[in-house]
Amino acid sequence: MSERTIELEVLRYRPEQDSEPWFQTYKVSCPEEWVVLDALNYVKDELDRTLSYRWSCHMFVCGSCGMVIDGEPKLACKAFLRDYGNRIRIEPLANFPIERDLVIVMDDFMEKLESVKPYLIPKEEKSIDQGEYLQTPAQLKAYKQYSMCINCMLCYSACPQYGLAPEFIGPAALALAHRYNMDSRDVGRKAREDTVASHEGIWECSFVGACSEVCPKSVDPAGAIQQVKLTSAIDYFTSWLPGGGSR
Amino acid sequence: MARSHKAPFWFLFAAGGTVVAFVLPVMVLVTGIAPTLGLFEGAMSFDAMSAFVGNWLVKIVLFGIITLALWHAAHRLRVVAHDFGIRADAPVAGTVYGLAALGTLLTAIALLGV
Repeated sequence: MSERTIELEVLRYRPEQDSEPWFQTYKVSCPEEWVVLDALNYVKDELDRTLSYRWSCHMFVCGSCGMVIDGEPKLACKAFLRDYGNRIRIEPLANFPIERDLVIVMDDFMEKLESVKPYLIPKEEKSIDQGEYLQTPAQLKAYKQYSMCINCMLCYSACPQYGLAPEFIGPAALALAHRYNMDSRDVGRKAREDTVASHEGIWECSFVGACSEVCPKSVDPAGAIQQVKLTSAIDYFTSWLPGGGSR
Repeated sequence: MARSHKAPFWFLFAAGGTVVAFVLPVMVLVTGIAPTLGLFEGAMSFDAMSAFVGNWLVKIVLFGIITLALWHAAHRLRVVAHDFGIRADAPVAGTVYGLAALGTLLTAIALLGV
């Protein structure tokens, strides 16, 4: 197993003692097979117990270890050291306030996520005795891609619109609204539309597409938002017709 | 939250984008580049083109291509202004959409005059 020494330049910010963020460099001897998260765990275990960052599953399922690695939003567990040089800069996700070191404050995202009602709104509630809500493979395929989101917020870090206009509901939440709208078991599109089709919703997106590029689960939020724009634009016109639209 | 009124402008933008992507390069080739290379000499004469544009179907198609391209460009410029951090959406939108509306009017007048 080949090893090399890597310098990790990690952003530090401890609000009780640092007046502003600064970079601390750790030298770590790393096997080539490691990911950035392994290197951070080594630092935490062996070199500096005060370093704070979020992680859990180590297999790109939980979405906890999102951070900016050499300028690009990545999951630290999916960023292989073999793809980087001998000096790696690690920063918290952009566009969010820093809570401590690499930990960001995610309250804004949580509020936006809630605002799009990201859960099934069935036509009529069934009791458990009445059985499952059945779905064909084709109906599953209609939304499956958008259901892969793990709420890692890399797309918010990459989105220049979210950086410019913090009120923007943002890629992941809008893609999840689309995920439930496309679900054959769901009738909640009307209930979501007031948020989704607002100024702060899909219409703030200018289709830069960075969200889809950084998404570790290939959700393609930019594509989802474009699809919602089309259906919402059709709603806008049909809403002036008797009985039309989702107003 | 209030529903946005961006939808109709986005619709023109999307339709215009499709037209610009598929039709405009061909138009530039046929009306701009080909004649300078001596192609379609007879067909591109003033008399032949006047008669061609005199047809109502041609007028409608040309009106669609030109005006949708204008509305596409207007919305794109509005978004570019936003991307550059110009947070004065109302005056920007008024100016670019106003220019597109003026272009639409002038196109209609020009086509009706043929």
